[in-house]
Amino acid sequence: MRNIGLVLWHTFYTKVVSKTFFFTSFFMILFMSIILNIEAILDFFDDDPETSVYSVAVVDETEELFIELEHTFTERDETIHFEQYDSSIAKDEEVFDRYDALLFIEGTVDHPVAHYEAPSINQSYLPRILESEIQSIAEEKRIEQSGISEEVIDNIAQPVVFSLEASDDNARSEAELDQARFFVYILLFVIYFTVLFLGNMIASEVATEKSSRVMELLITSTSPAQQMFGKILGVGLVGLTQYSIIFLVALVTFGMGMDGSLPQVSGNVGQAEQDMIQEASFSLELFLLAFVYFVLGYFLYATLAAMLGSLVTRIEDVGLAVGPMNMLVILALLISMFSLGNPSATITTVTSYIPFFTPMIMFLRVGMGEASSFEMILSFVLLIGSIVILMVIATRVYRGGVLLYSQGRLVEMIKRALIVTNREKDN
Amino acid sequence: MSLIIQSVSKKYGSKLAVENLSFEVNRGEMFGLLGRNGAGKTTTFRLMLGLLKANQGTITWGNVTPSKLTSRTIGYLPEERGLYPKLKVMQQLIYLGRLKGMTKQEVKDEVTEWLRKFEALQYENKRMEQLSKGNQQKIQFIASVMHKPELLILDEPFSGLDPINIDVLKKAVFDLRDRGTTIVFSSHRMDHVESLCENLSILNNGQQVAYGSLQQIKAAYRSRTIRIQSDFPLGYLLELEGVLDVQEEAHETRVVVQTESVVNVVFEALHNKGNVQLFAVEEPTLHDIFIDKAGSAHA
Repeated sequence: MRNIGLVLWHTFYTKVVSKTFFFTSFFMILFMSIILNIEAILDFFDDDPETSVYSVAVVDETEELFIELEHTFTERDETIHFEQYDSSIAKDEEVFDRYDALLFIEGTVDHPVAHYEAPSINQSYLPRILESEIQSIAEEKRIEQSGISEEVIDNIAQPVVFSLEASDDNARSEAELDQARFFVYILLFVIYFTVLFLGNMIASEVATEKSSRVMELLITSTSPAQQMFGKILGVGLVGLTQYSIIFLVALVTFGMGMDGSLPQVSGNVGQAEQDMIQEASFSLELFLLAFVYFVLGYFLYATLAAMLGSLVTRIEDVGLAVGPMNMLVILALLISMFSLGNPSATITTVTSYIPFFTPMIMFLRVGMGEASSFEMILSFVLLIGSIVILMVIATRVYRGGVLLYSQGRLVEMIKRALIVTNREKDN
Repeated sequence: MSLIIQSVSKKYGSKLAVENLSFEVNRGEMFGLLGRNGAGKTTTFRLMLGLLKANQGTITWGNVTPSKLTSRTIGYLPEERGLYPKLKVMQQLIYLGRLKGMTKQEVKDEVTEWLRKFEALQYENKRMEQLSKGNQQKIQFIASVMHKPELLILDEPFSGLDPINIDVLKKAVFDLRDRGTTIVFSSHRMDHVESLCENLSILNNGQQVAYGSLQQIKAAYRSRTIRIQSDFPLGYLLELEGVLDVQEEAHETRVVVQTESVVNVVFEALHNKGNVQLFAVEEPTLHDIFIDKAGSAHA
């Protein structure tokens, strides 16, 4: 126990004071801050089209629409100014020096034909708002002319009442599903980055000790199992420290940007997450479940990484050795992405029992209300069982692997490592 | 308290690394394990350290098997050297010492003492990668002895060192032996073995081809070399029974004979042939024995 603690502390301390840790944390924080403040940053460089002030020159042949338009926008806030323009000088080249756009309106008020002209039309806000405004003015006129009262119109447009309810016991309400989806998203990415980042860290840590031959001294003082556990826990703690720092920074950033409202999360994160944050509803049960799956997933992949790291002799080969592990987690991510939209698919059900995918996919199924408690417990049993088996195998491979300095294919190396470790007596 | 290796064999799959090896090292003794690369020395050391388990035979230190010994009992200097390149000298020695069960203060005291002895106190807070090879080796040596092990295993302790550092390290090894440490070491350099060991074992392809005290091994090595200077050719001596080789060089001829008794036969054969200026029988050197015993399979 003392040695596990020593290895743990050594691993943790040397990693946390390293330049690598400082720079990765720094860049992750920078990245987080940019993502969380993306709107503000974009606004800083470009004015928000919705809050900019525009001026539009109007050549109005209906002689009525211009007044209506001006009236509407004056009634609302004053972000678009209209100015009547003489059609004879309308084509003047310098018109766009003074106006953002030129609007020609022909026909009648109830059936206008409008033409929008601007130096560039890749900015869609202004033409869109003008089009919808002209449309509603025209509609109003048509209704007026047909003599139908406003009440009748309102009555026709009234929305129907439509509500959703799931009948399965473990089914979730819409709000719960949104929340589950949010957790699944977070867990997917946390596991994904943890395996890629920390898994590789463990593997290269082992390979570094082996290639610098300090391993020869270490194995005379501690057992391979103690070393492996110490390292896995130490690196895990490094990861948690880093996540905590990032989380704290995110909280602080949130706090600073929180002038009454939370910052707008950009579009690709989805409406559900925004609702989640805004409603601030929080399920402790789901959060704990996510944490348990995360920890179990970490142990499974970290053990695999330590085993793979013990098989290589040179640090340059670490990337190659952990390749298959990285593929596994990428595959898990892809299946999860698919399953988020389709949590009851057969592939989701099947893969949720495969230990390397369980932490992501079974959590997704439980979170989305697709798995019963029995299935969840079964997945725990399978996952913990796999971790134990993998640890036994990994300790054996590690024991022999760290004494091997030859190179070869992965499977061959595992075989050779097991031969070196073989403690069975020949009869 | 002694180290007893009894009929030990170790296989890697179908490859036999060590076969039926037996020897005994008494407390406070310095024992040499000789052999070419791949002869089985490192495997023997790893068996003694309990890193590997023998397929047959037993290894004990004071009746305890290696895997049951505490890590403080044994010290090991591996052949392949290296510590954490990025860590400072004291920092990594504290880590390694604490893994051996020492306290931080114990490590500091002991390491300072050793650094002073090696005139290397100024490197205490240097990173390992900043040190010269010789100094790195001194630090590695400290790492293997700072916990005052009863049994010390040194795999090629002097390789890659300059003569001055070899003397410094040799002195340290003698000091340890005088304090009662039992030392087993391997070397390619026969002069080191001759000057350090009382008893030794020579391994060739996993088999023990010689074992005993230096005198015993020399005495048991029956082949002798006779140096002869004469004014007549000596090629005819090769026809005598028991003469293994006749090497005619510029000023003298070296005649290798199978046993000491053949020396007389050769002496008789020179009679009445002409002038003989020199007739000298040489004691075999460990070098000769080693070349003969360990080189034969590939000769």
